[in-house]
Amino acid sequence: MAEKKWMPRWFYQLASPRWCYEITGKLLPWFFAAAVVLLIGGAVWALLFAPADYQQGNSFRIIYLHVPSAILAQSAYMLMAVAGAVGLIWKMKVADMVLKSAAPIGASMAVLALATGAIWGKPTWGSWWVWDARLTSMLILFFLYLGVMALNSAIENESTAAQASAVLALVGLVNIPIIKYSVEWWNTLHQPATFKLTEKPAMPAEMWLPLLVMVIGFYCFFAVSLMQRLRNEIIWRERRTGWVRELLNKQ
Amino acid sequence: MSFDSFSEFLSMGGHGLYVWLSYGLGVVILVANLIVPKLARDHLLKEQKRRLRREEGVR
Repeated sequence: MAEKKWMPRWFYQLASPRWCYEITGKLLPWFFAAAVVLLIGGAVWALLFAPADYQQGNSFRIIYLHVPSAILAQSAYMLMAVAGAVGLIWKMKVADMVLKSAAPIGASMAVLALATGAIWGKPTWGSWWVWDARLTSMLILFFLYLGVMALNSAIENESTAAQASAVLALVGLVNIPIIKYSVEWWNTLHQPATFKLTEKPAMPAEMWLPLLVMVIGFYCFFAVSLMQRLRNEIIWRERRTGWVRELLNKQ
Repeated sequence: MSFDSFSEFLSMGGHGLYVWLSYGLGVVILVANLIVPKLARDHLLKEQKRRLRREEGVR
């Protein structure tokens, strides 16, 4: 009897590094074009056309980098944890590679969110840094990324490294709701969420529309960077196989 | 348009340093995230092609 398939067909195709390499090669240029258009368009809109905040003035324009990078740092972490779970459960090598590839991008997004937050905090709160729940939990997110990266580079054996970093990614997942609700559970200087799925944003459309464009642009950018790194990882791990050999000969 | 002149745009109502520092850092981090994997790919392909040639030479 054939083995029963529980998941849709694309899920099993994802398990094939070769299929992943080919499909990402087709998708990459489109995501790249979308990211360039959205990020440049969004930044021009944010810097030139969005109105200044009535209290914070023009320093408010930092929000157009701060919020997308913070959202992405958390989304990338969740993707990493999901990939870790898939890798642990189904022993899917591509999932291990996704986990490894997402970590440095997520770490850099956490840095950008923390740095723009500090730069924005100086004129707004009068301080670069406060040990506040939101800022501290975001700093922990950054350290979790560093932990995953360290495990991946310290452990020689690829599948052991993948298992160890998957466990760390999954344990660290507890930090994500802490970041999200930190502004509600504790007294904090940080303002509450700008976007909520259930409510209309508290700011006028000419302020949040460019922010939405930037958020989507950041996601497209993340897809591009992730696919680039994933493809490198696939070539490296499949370097002994016939199809990579063919690919190298064709180049 | 929120600004009347280019110098006003640069000064960002006195917050120019903060705004431009943030955006500069943003550009650096985004561009680095695309260039680093691109360079890694070039290096990887070059190295693997060299390995292939070496192995085929032995045979």
